[in-house]
Amino acid sequence: MEDFLIKLPLLLDSMIRLSVPLLFAALAGLFSERSGIFDISLEGKMLGAAFAAAAAAAVMDSALAGLLAGILVSVALALVHGFASISQRGNQIVSGVAINFVALGLTVLLGQAWFSQGGRTPQLSPDGRFGELTLPFATQLADVPFLGVLYEGIISGHNILVYVAFLMVPLSWWVLFRTRFGLRLRAVGENPAAVDTAGVSVVWLRYRAVIVCGVLCGFAGAYLSIAQASGFTKDMTAGRGFIALAALIFAKWKPVPVMMACLLFGLLQAIPIQYPQISLPGIGIVPGQVMQALPYVLTVVLLAGFIGKATPPKAGGVPYVKER
Amino acid sequence: MTTPAQTSPRAIELIGINKRFGPVHANKDINLSVGQGSIHGIIGENGAGKSTLMSIIYGFYQADSGEMRIKGQPITVKDSQAAISAGIGMVHQHFMLVENFTVLENIILGAEGGAVLAGAIGKARNDLKHLEEEYQLDVDPDAIIEDLPVGLQQRVEILKALYRGADILILDEPTGVLTPAEADHLFRILEQLKAQGKTIILITHKLREIMAITDTVSVMRRGEMVATVTTAQTSLAELAELMVGRSVLLNVEKTPATPGDVLLEVEDLTVRDERGVMMVDNVSLNVRAGEIVGIAGVAGNGQSELLEAISGIFPALSGRVLLKGVPIHVTGGADPALLREKGMAHVPEDRHHMGLVLPFEQNENAILGYQVRKPYVNGPFLDLAAMREDANEKIKKYDIRPPNCRLKTANFSGGNQQKIVLAREMEQDPDVLIIGQPTRGVDIGAIEFIHKRIIEMRDAGKAILLVSVELDEIRSLADRVLVMFAGRVVGECAPDTPEGEIGMLMAGIERSEAAE
Repeated sequence: MEDFLIKLPLLLDSMIRLSVPLLFAALAGLFSERSGIFDISLEGKMLGAAFAAAAAAAVMDSALAGLLAGILVSVALALVHGFASISQRGNQIVSGVAINFVALGLTVLLGQAWFSQGGRTPQLSPDGRFGELTLPFATQLADVPFLGVLYEGIISGHNILVYVAFLMVPLSWWVLFRTRFGLRLRAVGENPAAVDTAGVSVVWLRYRAVIVCGVLCGFAGAYLSIAQASGFTKDMTAGRGFIALAALIFAKWKPVPVMMACLLFGLLQAIPIQYPQISLPGIGIVPGQVMQALPYVLTVVLLAGFIGKATPPKAGGVPYVKER
Repeated sequence: MTTPAQTSPRAIELIGINKRFGPVHANKDINLSVGQGSIHGIIGENGAGKSTLMSIIYGFYQADSGEMRIKGQPITVKDSQAAISAGIGMVHQHFMLVENFTVLENIILGAEGGAVLAGAIGKARNDLKHLEEEYQLDVDPDAIIEDLPVGLQQRVEILKALYRGADILILDEPTGVLTPAEADHLFRILEQLKAQGKTIILITHKLREIMAITDTVSVMRRGEMVATVTTAQTSLAELAELMVGRSVLLNVEKTPATPGDVLLEVEDLTVRDERGVMMVDNVSLNVRAGEIVGIAGVAGNGQSELLEAISGIFPALSGRVLLKGVPIHVTGGADPALLREKGMAHVPEDRHHMGLVLPFEQNENAILGYQVRKPYVNGPFLDLAAMREDANEKIKKYDIRPPNCRLKTANFSGGNQQKIVLAREMEQDPDVLIIGQPTRGVDIGAIEFIHKRIIEMRDAGKAILLVSVELDEIRSLADRVLVMFAGRVVGECAPDTPEGEIGMLMAGIERSEAAE
């Protein structure tokens, strides 16, 4: 028990770090799906962005260049998805699956061709990464009971992208619910015919939503390879794009619940890291593999049973065709 | 017939509008001129081209040729945005509302007046209040659309158009989803709008509405504008006749019927649709062997629902149907496969949605519904050779063109598709044949052939129930004519009854009323 309390700040700290890529990706999915474009290629876009970010950061020795490269690649993949599902009115699931496969293969192939390190990118120098920031007065306040620990141990000491991710939550909410763009975007996901008859272009609106999705996935990928880690490794997203999608559904396509869901999934991932050996009365020590599988198992359980009725945007997944 | 005086300023004029969808000529040389501050009705049956024409005005489709003028100025409406800026507002038959948005959000959508909503919403709330007061259109601006009854949703659509500054308001079948009380309220609103100088175009197939509210009325039939008259100088009967048309009476040679036993008996059948609206109200009828009973009526008066209930596609609320004296379950929805087995065949009204699977090959559609019968099956497998042989026989007998049983059904013309359905149902030699709209969208040559086949079936002693919106067709084929109006059978007459008299019944005018 004592051990548990000592490690609690570390657990919460890990939770925040681990929930960031989920949060970026889930918010990306929020914009796309609210506009009626289902996107299971969050995973692929993240992976592509992670590779591009690490490669650019390694070559140019600049974290910012890495981030921009990641966003660029992710937006390019998002436009492919947009072209297939908006302009060509194709099946959005098939297009998404294709992008995931392309990203998985191409990142390793290009990584090997360019850097010859078995698909990895070179280890980044400190300049090529987003370093940790110590917020003002963190050290001074460290000794204050509770609040000091909260501030110094949990809130302070993350890289800039962590703060950006959490700022994205109120920003996304504001954009979606308080701007013209957001109103139209939500409308086009529910009833594109209503938007069309109101004299607004359905196609352009959906493209913009898909581009926003690409930008946010770019952040998610860059965070993985040039902030959390210092280089790209094969399949480093490890299904986070899909967990983000689960969080999005779990949160019923709403920004603040999305953050809560991502923190929950982050916590589930953090537990086996901070408490690799948990003993339960009557069972004994729970194998580490069970703990590591927990987030994935719980994703299934939560989605299957606990969220009640999740109503997706009504026009989601359906290409818009003017009826005859 | 008189053409209304063209003295008042014209709000909107259409000159020679043409629109084709593939082989379908949906609008042929349409001319229309609507006076400012008037209510103009456009009537016509389903598929007459009314909605297409309105979609052209609203910029949803582009006309292939023709000119449009607003207040005398020629304009091109390339999209809905252009129509809105020209002062045209439209209330669609299916509301263009976002159901989980509030009334206010729906009204400002597309006309927000700024990138950030905060200011726009306040202004909209204010403007909306003025509009509501001016036109007595009360709606709670913060209500969620899906919580509102349809009458109020429609009011939101009207407010949406007015908020965008519409001077010309088009309403497409506005009363289709309304209760009579809601419809009355709508008409009061329209009168109010007219009093404020707005121009209103009302599209409907309900003649009474036209008579009740419009100043002038245009009649469309098969893509053409057949007449424009002043409402005060016309009558229900005249409009009904114009609408149904007096096309060349096709000569069908037939001998007097020799009716035998009653094969199909319908007793007190009542059907409500999904919305709970009474569509068939206590209908009783019977059809004897060797006779054709025709059901006449303006589309939408319950004929479709009657057919669907008898053929087991849609469950009836109450009543009985007896097939060869044996009751079939219609209240729970009868099993169409069982009905086929018992000798009832059904040619559905809408061949595309119910009669055929368009991407299938002709030979597959030629046995659809009978695919479990010999010779089409061999154990668990389809006998493709037998199917094709059978299909080729039907192709020969019914002169289906092109004579290729492997061709995708979608690639046949409407008339040939209809022949595929008819051949399938007739060649199974049923005792009772239910036929809906046998010649809708079918060319003249095929019509003649289809009519001949129907008479042959009758002469072979089959009981035939025929529904058609073409009065001529009913009169030339049927041995007895029943007229449906508002879900009820309002009269029975001989097929040689004058057209005008049947037309009156179709318009819901009682015989005694008509005599006045």
